[in-house]
Formats: sequence, C-alpha cells, structure tokens
Amino acid sequence: MTSISASHAFVRTEILPEQAPPMAQAGVLKWLRENLFSSWFNAILTFISLYVIYWILSHVTGWVFFGIWDAGSLNECREFRDARYDEGARVACWSVLTDRWHQLMFGFYPPEHYWRPILAFAVFGGAIAPVLFDAVPRRMLYVTAAAPFLCYWLLWGGGTIWGPVAVAAGFALPFLVARFGEGVFGSLGVTVMAIIVPILYWLFLAGPMAGALGAVLPIRITSIESNDFGGFMLAFIIGITGIFLSLPLGILLALGRQSDLFIINKFSILFIEVIRGVPLIVWLFTASILLNYFLPPGTNFDLMLRVIIMVTLFAAAYMAEVVRGGLAALPRGQYEGADSLGLDYWQSMRLIILPQALKISIPGIVNTFIALFKDTTLVVFIGLFDPIGLSNAIRATTDWNGIYWELFIFIGLCFFVCCFSMSKYSQYLERKLRRDHR
Amino acid sequence: MKTSVFFGTLAAAAMVSGVVSAQTLDQVRDRGELLCGSNTGLAGFGAPDSSGEWQGFDVAMCRAIAVAVLGDPTAVEFIPLTTARRFTALASGEVDVLVRNTTWTFSRDVDLAFEFTGINYYDGQGFMIPRELGVASALDLDGATVCIQTGTTTELNLADFFSSNTMTYEPVPIETNAEAQQQYLAGACDVYTTDTSGLAATRASFEDPGAHVILPEVVSKEPLGPLVRHGDNQWGDIVRWTLNALISAEELGITSANVMEMANGTDVPEVNRLLGFEGELGAQLGLEADWAVNVLSAVGNYGEIFARNIGEDTPIGLARGLNAQWTDGGLLYSPPFR
Repeated sequence: MTSISASHAFVRTEILPEQAPPMAQAGVLKWLRENLFSSWFNAILTFISLYVIYWILSHVTGWVFFGIWDAGSLNECREFRDARYDEGARVACWSVLTDRWHQLMFGFYPPEHYWRPILAFAVFGGAIAPVLFDAVPRRMLYVTAAAPFLCYWLLWGGGTIWGPVAVAAGFALPFLVARFGEGVFGSLGVTVMAIIVPILYWLFLAGPMAGALGAVLPIRITSIESNDFGGFMLAFIIGITGIFLSLPLGILLALGRQSDLFIINKFSILFIEVIRGVPLIVWLFTASILLNYFLPPGTNFDLMLRVIIMVTLFAAAYMAEVVRGGLAALPRGQYEGADSLGLDYWQSMRLIILPQALKISIPGIVNTFIALFKDTTLVVFIGLFDPIGLSNAIRATTDWNGIYWELFIFIGLCFFVCCFSMSKYSQYLERKLRRDHR
Repeated sequence: MKTSVFFGTLAAAAMVSGVVSAQTLDQVRDRGELLCGSNTGLAGFGAPDSSGEWQGFDVAMCRAIAVAVLGDPTAVEFIPLTTARRFTALASGEVDVLVRNTTWTFSRDVDLAFEFTGINYYDGQGFMIPRELGVASALDLDGATVCIQTGTTTELNLADFFSSNTMTYEPVPIETNAEAQQQYLAGACDVYTTDTSGLAATRASFEDPGAHVILPEVVSKEPLGPLVRHGDNQWGDIVRWTLNALISAEELGITSANVMEMANGTDVPEVNRLLGFEGELGAQLGLEADWAVNVLSAVGNYGEIFARNIGEDTPIGLARGLNAQWTDGGLLYSPPFR
C-alpha cells in the first residue's frame, strides 16, 4: 500500500508549527481595537473619555495623596500646606481624621474602656462566623447564642454579668416547655405556655436569681451610658442589632400575613402596612419626641433603645414583604408535599418551605440589610452622634470649623466597605446555594 | 412654629411633668449630676473637643449651675438636643435646664410653659458679604441673592427687613450652617444671613476672613438665655441667680483669680453678701453659703467666660457689644444681691 504522500504530493506529512496570530488580531492591540477604537466615532468617544478621566484624576490624586496628616487644626493645615507646597495649593487636610479618630470610631466612650467595644466586636465576629461560613466548626454556634447578652454587657456594663446570664436563661425555657410539656398541656397549650413561662420567669425569678449569683461571684464592670456612644460604634450597634432582630421578626410577620388565623393575619397586615407606609425619619421623630408624652413623666426611656426598636420594626416590615415574595414564589406542590408527609405547620415551614423561600429571597434580604445600615445615619436628625452627627460636632469646634470633604469622604468610604462586603457575601451565598445545575 | 395643637400638647405635658418634678433640686442632688440640654454643636457656644469634653459659652453656664448645686463643674451630663427636640426634652424632664442658644420669645415663655431665667447673650440677625462687592450697609442690598436657613425666625426677619425698606431679594434656601458656608464661598449667594455670633464663627473658619465683612445693621432681637420648666420656682431661682452671680461678679470686679481672697471679706457689702461672707443668701436659695465662691473659682465671671470662649482673642473673635456691662454701655444689668 502506497503512502498518501507518494500519490498526493501536496499533502503535508507533518503539522506546521503554530504561528503567532497577526499583530492586529491578538493581545492588547486586538482588545483595544475591538473595545475602544472599533469605529472613528468610538475612537473620538474614547479620547474624550480618556481626557475626562485624566482631568478628574489630575485634580483628585494630588489632593488626596499630598494631603496633610500631622496638623492640629485647619489653620495649622493651611500653614503646613503653604510651607510644604505652593501657597494656596489644593490638598486635603486628613489631620482631622487622626486628631478625631477615636471620636469617629467610639464617640465619647471613655478611652480606658475602649477594649470593651473592641472585645464585643470580636465576640460578634466569632458569633457570626458559624452562621456565615460552613467551614467553621458547629460548636461555635454556642458563642452565637451567648453573643447578644455578652455584647450587651460588655458595651453598657453596669451590674454583674449575672443579669444578662439570667435573662439569657429565660430563652431556653420555651424549648424546655416544648420538649417536656406536650403531654401535660396538649399542642396548643404548649405554644401558649412557651410564651407565658419565660415571661413569668423574667418578671419574678430572673432579678432575684441574678442578685443572688452576683452576691456569690461579683464579676462587674463600670456602667457606660448610651449618651457616650457615638461614631461608627453607634452606627454598627444600631445596624447590627436591627439586622439581626429584623430578620426573624420579618419572617414571623411574613408567615403571619399568610396565616389563616384571622387576628394574626390582620394584625400582621396592619403592622406591615402602617410601619412601611410612613418614612423612617417620621418614626425616629416619633421615638424621640412624641414618645415622651405617652410615657409617665419622669421616665427616662433610653433614646438609643427607642431608636433601635424603631429601626428594627421598620426593617422588619420590609423584610416581611421580601420573605413573602419568596414564599409566594414557591410552587403550591411544595406546601402540599409537606402536608402529605404528615408534617405539622412548624415542621413543614422549618424543613421544607422556609429554606427554599429564604434562598429565593437572599438578594432582597441583603438589599434590606444594606438599606438599614445606611439608614442609621438618619439618627443625626434626632441628635445622636453617629458619624455624620459627629462630623457636625467636630466642625463646631474652632479647630476644625470649615472642614467638609475629608470627613464626608472618610465616612462614605467606611460605609461603602461595609455595604460592599455584605453585597459580596450575598453573591457568595447565592452561588453556594444554587441547586438548579445551570 | 407649628400648630396650636402642638403647643397645647406641649403645655399639657409640661404641666403634668411640672407637678411631678417640682423638686428638681432634690432630684439633681440625688442623681449627683446635672442634666443639661445643650447644642449638638455650635462653634464657641457648645461642642465637644477632641477629648470629648464639652466646651463653650453655653456649656460654661451649665457648669456654673452644676458647681452651685453640686460643687463640681464636671458633674454635668450634656444631652445634645436638636432644635426640634429641645423643648420636648425639657418639658418631659429629660433635662433639668436648657442652655442651648434659645431665643426668649413670648410664646416659648407663656404658651410652652417654660421660664426663661435671664439672658446670657444678646444676639441679633446680621449680614455677611464679600468685601470685594463694596457694600457698606444692608440698605444697599436691593436685589441681592441671600443664603438663608429655611424654617427659622431668621427667614421671617429677613422678609420683614427687606419689605419694610422696599427692597427685593432672591433667597437661596439652605438646610444647615455647614451647607451655607459652602454655598456662600462658592458664590451661590451674595449675602449670608444668620445671627451675628454665627456669622463671626463662620467667618473665622474661612481661609481669608479679611475678605468678608459683617455689615453693621442688626435686623432682629435674639435674646438667648437658659430656661427651665414652669412650676418649680426654687430651681428657676437657682438658675437665675447663678447667671446673675456671674454678671454681678464681673461688675464688682470679682474674678476666678481673686475670688478666694475676696471671700475672706472686703469693704464692699454686696461682694460680701454675694460671696457668703455676710448674710444668708445661699441658704435662702437652698445652697451652700459659699456657692458663689465655688462657681466663680471654677468657671470665672461672665467676662472671663466670654473672653475664653467667644471673645476677641479666640478665633471666633466677638466684641462685647450689647453684651458689655451696663456701666460700659452694654445691656448686662444684674439685679442686686441684697
């Protein structure tokens, strides 16, 4: 048998070595050509855009990077600038950040106690890790359960550690009731008792118990008043508390709105529509101004607590609608499937409905979280020293009167970092939970 | 101001709380701390410094009351209050006294059921304008664009002033003083108008303060003073006479430097009465005999407080003007200690 090459002289016997593609069809040049200079009109647009970018950068970079970090006041900043650069050059005066760093972070929290918010923040980090990431050992969930009480005690202090411990113990009671009470009270009775028993406990038992334990083992730290809280610490406390309370509350409201029980159903609808139908700032003013008239005179109901409650309720109403969207998106078969397996209401919600509904709602939930966190800056209007409020207070001292951009840029940057990481995490979560093999 | 319903609610609440909190002095003593309603931040009058300590002209008044009652200038908790919140906070008992550059007006005194215990600063609305515009009098401002904070009495005063002089203006509404500074410097308006003390503080923060002038005309009366709730006259007296002690001390030449020496007796009977060397004025107020000595050695007299916080040697650089003693041609006139 003759070889192919013998009868067909033009057929190659070996593959040619690969050659580089033509200059214009590869690498940077190709990319530039396709993306920036594909036609003369696009080329012009490219040049105009480049010029705009150059113009912005040429004005901003110098201002940012030649900024002055070591002055003690705005006037000193101006002197340093005149000494180091041209007179009247435009440079940032970042010194306000170094001078007031602690205030921007902690407000007026006493400096010798800064370790407490820092530790509380670390505890929070430890508490949230097992919730956010699978790789963290499950045992860490105990930290999660203890964190709210521990953080509260660390931040506000006052009294012994046994107060929060006694209160926390009350939350275990419903589970105990549910576990051992079924035979005694029947199934509806258990639900009622799970609510009544802890309340009785908190009213009558928790106080004396904390007192007794405190007498035996007095572990106490100085009390710090809410008035001393400020800066990003305040924004974080309001934001984080709001976020973590509004999610369960929102889920309950969403379920309530779908419920067949008349009162629960109508109450949920009323709550959601009323809270959601009024701007947050109005609720904040209600909390700060009107509430005083409904409370007995002389009661001093902590303003920060009022704000946290209002922000939480507000976010919960939004959360309820987001979760309801998720519930509505589930096919009816899922509900029927759960029923056909003989699961009761809470079991079917916990095992079948909610995991799917919440997964669908993730973008909406995180969206609500981000909005809530940014809304914490609204408390400036009722006189709390959040970062924006502090920037006003800082500007009110003669040292820094007249400084704007530096503070606002810094505050904006911090908020951006927080919100952007939340957004990134939600995208990670969506990818992780994707089950539809796309 | 809002509706009369709002005032009615305020008044009712003030009455209810007034009955209950008739013993403010005892409450403050039990608490060991004075709750003083203050500004959320106003240059020279009240703002926290870099270490979180409150400083300012109004703040000094709070400290003076704290010394008179508790003997300690640091026994004050400053409750920062916004313009909207200040009156409800006082009416509901959230603060014991409000020293927050609040103008004494009829409706606040009578309708809101508060008691103004004196005037610690005579302010008035003025105008600031770039020097290069060459305007020497507010009467030459016909047709000017004016930066003005919305929803304040300054807005009404401005309209009154221009219409009574048959001039026109174009308002540029702004929300805060900070915004006003930016707008004014950026040239969005020719004139910035607010209280003259505020104008001086604003001008002091400019890179070139000399390029701006504050016009001589003052178009409104803004007497600022501390206020307390109706219904507790003893507490009102303490606040009133603490302020009067600061003013009288300046008139009588008592300063923080020489008060200790003068407390041992002088030839001037009124000084002796004020400082508790003679008579029992302190006991009549329900205070220690040497309350005024403590106040003056802790915060100084009115003139010292003024000079330290907003006077001509500070960046704010306010002249005494109307706030000079009556003997120097000002309006400060304390009733005698007798």
